[in-house]
Amino acid sequence: MLTIKDLQAKVEDKDILKGLNLDIKPGEIHAIMGPNGAGKSTLGNVLSGREGYEVTGGSAELEGKDLLDLDPEERARLGLFLAFQYPVEIPGVSNLEFLKASVDSVRAAQGKEPLDSVSFLKLARAKCKLVDLDQSFLKRGVNEGFSGGEKKRNEIMQMMLLEPKLCILDETDSGLDIDALQVVAEGVNSLRDPNRSFIIVTHYQRLLDYIVPDFVHVLANGKIVKSGGKELALELEEKGYAWLEDAAENGAS
Amino acid sequence: MTDNAEIDRQIGREYEAGFITDVESATLAPGLNEDTVRFISAKKGEPEWLLEWRLKAFAAWKEMTPPNWAQVQHLDIDFQEVSYYSEPKSMEDRPQSLDEVDPELLATYEKLGIPVHEQAALAGVAVDIVFDSVSLGTTFRKTLAEAGVIFMPISEAVHEHPELVKKYMGSVVPQKDNYYAALNSAVFSDGSFVYIPKGVRCPMELSTYFRINEEKTGQFERTLIIADEGSHVSYLEGCTAPMRDENQLHAAVVELIAHDDSEIKYSTVQNWYPGDSEGKGGIYNFVTKRAVAHTNAKVSWTQVETGSAITWKYPSCILKGDNSVGEFYSVALTNNFQEADTGTKMIHLGKNTKSTIITKGISAGKSQNSYRGLVKMGPGATGARNYTQCDSLLIGDKCGAHTFPYIESKNPSAVVEHEATTSKVSDEQLFLCQQRGIDTEKAVSMIVNGFCKEVFKELPMEFAVEAGKLLEVSLEGSVG
Repeated sequence: MLTIKDLQAKVEDKDILKGLNLDIKPGEIHAIMGPNGAGKSTLGNVLSGREGYEVTGGSAELEGKDLLDLDPEERARLGLFLAFQYPVEIPGVSNLEFLKASVDSVRAAQGKEPLDSVSFLKLARAKCKLVDLDQSFLKRGVNEGFSGGEKKRNEIMQMMLLEPKLCILDETDSGLDIDALQVVAEGVNSLRDPNRSFIIVTHYQRLLDYIVPDFVHVLANGKIVKSGGKELALELEEKGYAWLEDAAENGAS
Repeated sequence: MTDNAEIDRQIGREYEAGFITDVESATLAPGLNEDTVRFISAKKGEPEWLLEWRLKAFAAWKEMTPPNWAQVQHLDIDFQEVSYYSEPKSMEDRPQSLDEVDPELLATYEKLGIPVHEQAALAGVAVDIVFDSVSLGTTFRKTLAEAGVIFMPISEAVHEHPELVKKYMGSVVPQKDNYYAALNSAVFSDGSFVYIPKGVRCPMELSTYFRINEEKTGQFERTLIIADEGSHVSYLEGCTAPMRDENQLHAAVVELIAHDDSEIKYSTVQNWYPGDSEGKGGIYNFVTKRAVAHTNAKVSWTQVETGSAITWKYPSCILKGDNSVGEFYSVALTNNFQEADTGTKMIHLGKNTKSTIITKGISAGKSQNSYRGLVKMGPGATGARNYTQCDSLLIGDKCGAHTFPYIESKNPSAVVEHEATTSKVSDEQLFLCQQRGIDTEKAVSMIVNGFCKEVFKELPMEFAVEAGKLLEVSLEGSVG
């Protein structure tokens, strides 16, 4: 599904990713953990093509297609989805209008006709229900006045509507209470599919109690310094990251 | 971060309506003096009183100086360099219906997405086309005539309804009102005349499409709309112009008279050539639009202004009668080097008069967009109310938005409310859209349309769609 080789990237002249390798097969869930400033969010931003993140080396391919030369919208249309850590508000643009534009764009890239308004509304309402958002949220401006939890659920709803191939969740658990966390996790679990992969970027092990990963990677100092199964997350919870960071630095020197 | 790199890339899109129709035109040599005024009047076979009226305006204009208080910058206009009259050559044997209109003219409108006969027939719109200075055809005049509605070029109304023209022309915007109004009064070319008799609800939306098409030609429309007691009319005006290198002068005057218990809704979509991405060319648009509302009457101005290099325009309401209502809904969009100084004046004279002002200014590129508005409560305006909301949206970081609200209240019981906001289309918003598969042009258009929603819902249906499209076209290249 996703193959990342020796990926290097910088932000404002500062090297953040320093040779990252990752191979994700269809149907797998990979958790990326690590200390603050390790480059966790940068990975999601680089993969999705956010401006300001300069790739200085390496490659990233989604189903064999080179991602790094594509515009962000082209990557999205290929099936790459980023659930934002801090979803931004777009006042005046209704959630429904935004969602329809989004789904229509992705469908168009797949050679499909746009959905008619009635079918789309039906579909959107159904997805709202799944993430426990009231239908009135469809009429409101995108994320406008939403609480932190509502914004995250809105992100998951978008993910459900777009049915992406690769979902990247960037610290989706930050700022969520336990109920909202469960809703988000259920949403993600309902999308688990042999043809869909996930990257779950998180700081805490807590989310992984609900979304059980196949692999856990520790990102420190711009590289993956340790990979393991779900038990690695528990170990990290217990021991923290310092021992791995030290190891990484020693390894690098 | 590279905050505006994304935004900068898209600023600067070609003007879609930029083409010139190959129709031979008879154009008066540039220059302005008393003879020019006499020539125009004679060419139109005007009665003596109207010539006198024009000459009086010209005499006043000569003594006046152009206003310099607006937040716009342009080179001094040499009024002797402007041609004050032009007409398509086929004028001498003027077509009596649209079927007789030069097919090339009609093709011009179709290029603009305005298939005249289709649209007229399907939408039930009577269209009075002003091509350069001469009205070429009027449709549906018969249906309107049955209702007693008079809708014709003002040049014809001068002959057919001289008593109405004489009584009302200049009654709201006097000849000496301001520099550009005086100029217009002296050399006005043509425009529309509407009279709705007592108690009549105009059976269709009235609409005019203007188009400037002669090099160095100023166009000076004059529109006069009279709604007699208890009548109702909705008037639509839309404009685009072909691509030009030289600045073109445009100074229109619109007068609305809303008698007791009547209602006038005046909607404008203005899309004149704004100049290129270097700030070269474009129309100078100096417009005086004013309405007087008598007892219980209501006047509503809605405008979508996306064109012109310079816009200087303040559609206003004199709320003379008790309980009269004035509304102003405006979207003004500037891109590249455009400058707009636009707003309204609400003059409350009668008791319990009410006014609402909702404006949305969108600035992109290196443009400057100003709202200038006056709310005046006269001593007699007991219980009067005004609500003003001015919102500005910035796209990129090289443009400017300015708000100049003036409030004068001479009646302690009058209430004036003013709210203003400024926001920015952020790279984060654009990235969210892109990450969801929406390209930046569509994203900007969506965000801007969302911002303008409150005003668009005031537009007649067919205009609302056109307006949304127009914003999209005008902003193409403003981001990315």
